[in-house]
Amino acid sequence: MLDIRNLHAEIDGKPILKGVSLTVKPGEVAAIMGPNGSGKSTLSYVIAGKDEYEVTQGEVLLDGENLLEMEPDERAAKGLFLAFQYPMEIPGVATMTFLKAAMNAQRKQRGEEEISPSEFIRSVNRAADSLGISKEMLRRALNVGFSGGEKKRMEILQMALLEPSMCVLDETDSGLDIDALRIVADGVNALRAEDRAFLVITHYQRLLSHIVPDTVHVMSDGRIVRSGGPELALELEAKGYADYASSAAA
Amino acid sequence: MPTTPRRRLRDAMTVVTPVRTKAETALTAQFEALRAELPKEGLAAREEAISTFAAMGLPHRRVEAYHYTDLRNLLREAAPLAPAAKGKKKAAKGEQALAARNLLGGVETHEIIIINGRLPGALALPAGVTLSVGADTAPTILDGADAVVSLNTALARETVTLEVAAGVTLERPLHVAFTQEAGAPQAVFARLKLGLGEGASATLIETLTGPSGIATQTNIAVEIAVADKARLTHVRVAAEGDDTFSLTSLGLSLGREAEALSLSLAQGSRIARHQILARLLGEDAKLKLAGAAMLDQARHSDVTLVVDHAVPGGQSRELFKTVIEDRAAGVFQGKIIVRPHAQKTDGKMMSAALLLSEDAAMSNKPELEIFADDVQCGHGATCGALDDDLLFYLMARGIPRRDAQALLIRSFLGEAIDEVQDEALHEALGRIVDGWLSRRGEKDGVS
Repeated sequence: MLDIRNLHAEIDGKPILKGVSLTVKPGEVAAIMGPNGSGKSTLSYVIAGKDEYEVTQGEVLLDGENLLEMEPDERAAKGLFLAFQYPMEIPGVATMTFLKAAMNAQRKQRGEEEISPSEFIRSVNRAADSLGISKEMLRRALNVGFSGGEKKRMEILQMALLEPSMCVLDETDSGLDIDALRIVADGVNALRAEDRAFLVITHYQRLLSHIVPDTVHVMSDGRIVRSGGPELALELEAKGYADYASSAAA
Repeated sequence: MPTTPRRRLRDAMTVVTPVRTKAETALTAQFEALRAELPKEGLAAREEAISTFAAMGLPHRRVEAYHYTDLRNLLREAAPLAPAAKGKKKAAKGEQALAARNLLGGVETHEIIIINGRLPGALALPAGVTLSVGADTAPTILDGADAVVSLNTALARETVTLEVAAGVTLERPLHVAFTQEAGAPQAVFARLKLGLGEGASATLIETLTGPSGIATQTNIAVEIAVADKARLTHVRVAAEGDDTFSLTSLGLSLGREAEALSLSLAQGSRIARHQILARLLGEDAKLKLAGAAMLDQARHSDVTLVVDHAVPGGQSRELFKTVIEDRAAGVFQGKIIVRPHAQKTDGKMMSAALLLSEDAAMSNKPELEIFADDVQCGHGATCGALDDDLLFYLMARGIPRRDAQALLIRSFLGEAIDEVQDEALHEALGRIVDGWLSRRGEKDGVS
């Protein structure tokens, strides 16, 4: 599904990704763990197409198509979704207006018809209920005045509505208390499916006790330095990143 | 008796006879030509106004209020005065009247059409509202020493006056549609006065429309007196032709505990300068001035305003939003004056500009002149491009760049437009913004 090959990227001339290679298969939940500054968030931004990063080498393929040649909106229409570490507050843009615009934009790019108003309201209400998002929140401007937990739930709501095939979750657990973490994890788990894959980026193991991954990759200094099963996450939790940080510094 | 060289020298020193531009000379000549048609009523004020103008000429960049819109330089030709409009029925069905109505979509109004500066005929208005037409054009709120106001006083053929009686609440807005019907370059001078009696409540929608592709000139002066405890909502939609040179003046006066909102939504016009003089004359009056302007191509749009707090306890809020693209230029000059006795004044002014292209330009000049010691006043000004992070967030959800930009521009302007409480009117204003955005979206190339 997602195929990252020898990806190099830099920002303002400073190399951040130094040859990332990674494959995520349909239905798989892959986790990327790593110390701060290892390039985890950069990887998510490069996959989604943020233009301040310059890709100097390598490829990112989604279902065999090179994402790097597409605008961010085209990548989304192809089925990519990035749940942001810091979701943006957009004053003056009503949440419902935004959700509808996003759903219809993707449908349009795929040559599908616009969603009917009644179907739209039904899907939003259904998804909002399961994530504990109130009607009052939906009436506000997008993410404006939302708590950290509310913003993360709003990201999962968007993911549920847009039905992507490849979901990248960037530090979705940051800033969440235990209860919010459970709601978000339940939301993600409900979306797990044979034809949908996840790349879960996190610093801590705790998210992975709720969203149990199939594979765990360790990233350090812009490369994947180790890969394994879920047990690798527990090992990291016990030992910390000291080994990897020092190898990066050396 | 022949004058001696010495005498001539002294004259030259005391009587300055500046060189007049072609336009200045033409404007003065237009008044002389018009004089024969003018009634006695108000003639003295007109003569005074034209001599005020003749003495100073068109304001230029060394005149502070016109620093960024140098009329002496910009107004090269004074277009001939527009002929009087023809029949009332024809007018109400005219192309421009229709355009004015379309601007407001489904908003139910009492429509008053002023074509080429004149009211074509009598109208049916609701109880409590009177309409009269007179020849007295002297300003009562605006500054008679201002060149644009002077020209309006001298050359406007009539003043249309609307009075809302004390205590009357109008359910439907009054819609004054200033329209130009033109087949060739022409100048229109129009004047409107609105009075809201004590405790009255009314909405005035003012629209400016005219043909595109013709170098028309507009000079419209509107004065609104809001008496004690009266409430005014004034929404101005400037949507004149794309080759129009538009000079507009708004005078507002507020009595004790009066409340007023005046919003200007502007697009079109090659050059537009809108000046506002708001006088808070009664204690504890509340004023909101808001603006949303959409500038593209090589348009130049200037908003210059003065809010004058003359008495204690007044509150004023000014919020002006300008979206600029291509080679267009925006200007905001705002001054809050707090007179020595106007204690407890609370004034805040903000101008924000969104620059969408490399060549877009904005000049912001907010000022405070405070002569009282117990006041709260502040001002701010920003200029910036669209936020890349916000744009990326929207695009990452599948929204194409142009649409994502449109959402952000709409939200930027929305803050000013959201001051309008009436739902139907608010929607109509939103549609005007959306119309501009969709025309923008259709343009070739992406930013």
